[in-house]
Amino acid sequence: MRAEAEAVELSGATFRFGDLNVLEPLDMRVEPGEVVAVVGPSGCGKSTLLELISGLREPAAGRVAVGGDDATRLRHAALMPQRDCLLPWLHALDNAALAPRNRGLGRSEARARASELLARFGLGEFLDAAPGELSGGMRQRVAFARTLLAEKPVIALDEPFAALDAITRGEMQEWLAGALAEIARTVVMVSHDVEEALYLADRVLVLSRRPARLVDEVGSPTPRARPRAEAVTNPAFLAARASAMAALGGEAQ
Amino acid sequence: MRARVANALAPLAVVVLLIAGWQLAARWDLLANALNIEDFLVPAPSEIAESLWEDRALLADNAWVTLQEVVAGLAIALAAGYALAVALHLSPVLRRALYPLVVASQTVPIVAIAPILVVWLGFGIGPKLAIIALICFFPVTVNTLDGLRAVDPALVRMMRTLDAGRARILARVEAPASLPYFFSGAKIAAAVAVIGAVFGEWSGADEGLGHLILTSQAQLQTARVFAAVAVLSAMALALVGALVLAQRRFAGWAIPAGR
Repeated sequence: MRAEAEAVELSGATFRFGDLNVLEPLDMRVEPGEVVAVVGPSGCGKSTLLELISGLREPAAGRVAVGGDDATRLRHAALMPQRDCLLPWLHALDNAALAPRNRGLGRSEARARASELLARFGLGEFLDAAPGELSGGMRQRVAFARTLLAEKPVIALDEPFAALDAITRGEMQEWLAGALAEIARTVVMVSHDVEEALYLADRVLVLSRRPARLVDEVGSPTPRARPRAEAVTNPAFLAARASAMAALGGEAQ
Repeated sequence: MRARVANALAPLAVVVLLIAGWQLAARWDLLANALNIEDFLVPAPSEIAESLWEDRALLADNAWVTLQEVVAGLAIALAAGYALAVALHLSPVLRRALYPLVVASQTVPIVAIAPILVVWLGFGIGPKLAIIALICFFPVTVNTLDGLRAVDPALVRMMRTLDAGRARILARVEAPASLPYFFSGAKIAAAVAVIGAVFGEWSGADEGLGHLILTSQAQLQTARVFAAVAVLSAMALALVGALVLAQRRFAGWAIPAGR
């Protein structure tokens, strides 16, 4: 993976849907290579924040910069949407190869890169499988491979495992923690699950109810890519979790 | 296997029952008496079958002419109908401007304009193609446009953050997603294409099944009229069947497993 990690910076960024104020002026900075999770009550504007960072929406005021560039130029961030968004008419390999193909890479080169990454993600036997033939966890791994293969310095993950059952979600969190440790990208992810956020991220930002503003920031007490069962029972982890939950609880009522 | 046999037998049984009922009604002159018409105006299925066999050379020659018109006209309609749908999808201005005209085109009484088309385009295949294309592009355009507009916006946004431009989103997401809709429209078009060919031939032709129907009617050859209609139906069925195969090949992903 050649993409260099870059910083994400919001300065006084706001967002409105018509009369609805979604985002209060927000300042936040994500350092290059950092993994930051954003948690908040549902409907608070977390997904909108990711759309601003990935350049799909423009802030009403203020600035959203990715790698020093205006985010709306769509150059530096790849979005992994909440649902996997695999194209049902392409098999797993071509779904993953979609991103390099979009960048103008030839079919065989794009497929070679995609098949290598899918094999690393344990999907080597499923390259020819249609999305409908894959399990939910497998589909998310293909979608993540597609996002990585865009070779963007910043990756925006929108509740990547929300659609999965609890057991698969735990397994996938552990898998993603390992995958994130191997790549040098800046990651901004959104979650409604404090435990997931603390386990995967270096730092967790807690947003208020809509209109969203930053109410708390909690550093993850444990290093990246450690076994999940061990991490989430660690006393420091539990303390951080309690602190984030308290900040979130003040907002959820 | 058993289900398959049952699936094939069900429509067959209906056809057999209908034909048997018709055969008896014709044999006993039930229909002719009920309608108070001459019995030669109600040919029995056995007489139609006889005509299909006896006139096979005549029917085949004329069917070949009509088949060429139908296939060429349908091909024009599918290509033009799809292209028009894409154009209307890409340009909201064009969509607002042309969509009412697209609908209005279907209110044109074909029988009224067919003779004019013959004057404009001559006695050959031209007016037939124009009529078939005019009838058939409509279901293709309307269905395909619905399909293009029904694409999940999340897919489009995902593609945008992965460096896809407008053309690429159309080629890789919207066009494939609209294929099942296109095929639905194409199947409707194939079924009505043969009617277009018959109208076209009625307005001026010296060959084709429509022409044969007209001359056979004039000669009170009712069995041959029905034989020609049977050939037309078979032609439409074959075209729809070919489109079903094409749909399985090119848009099979949209057909749920086990069907």
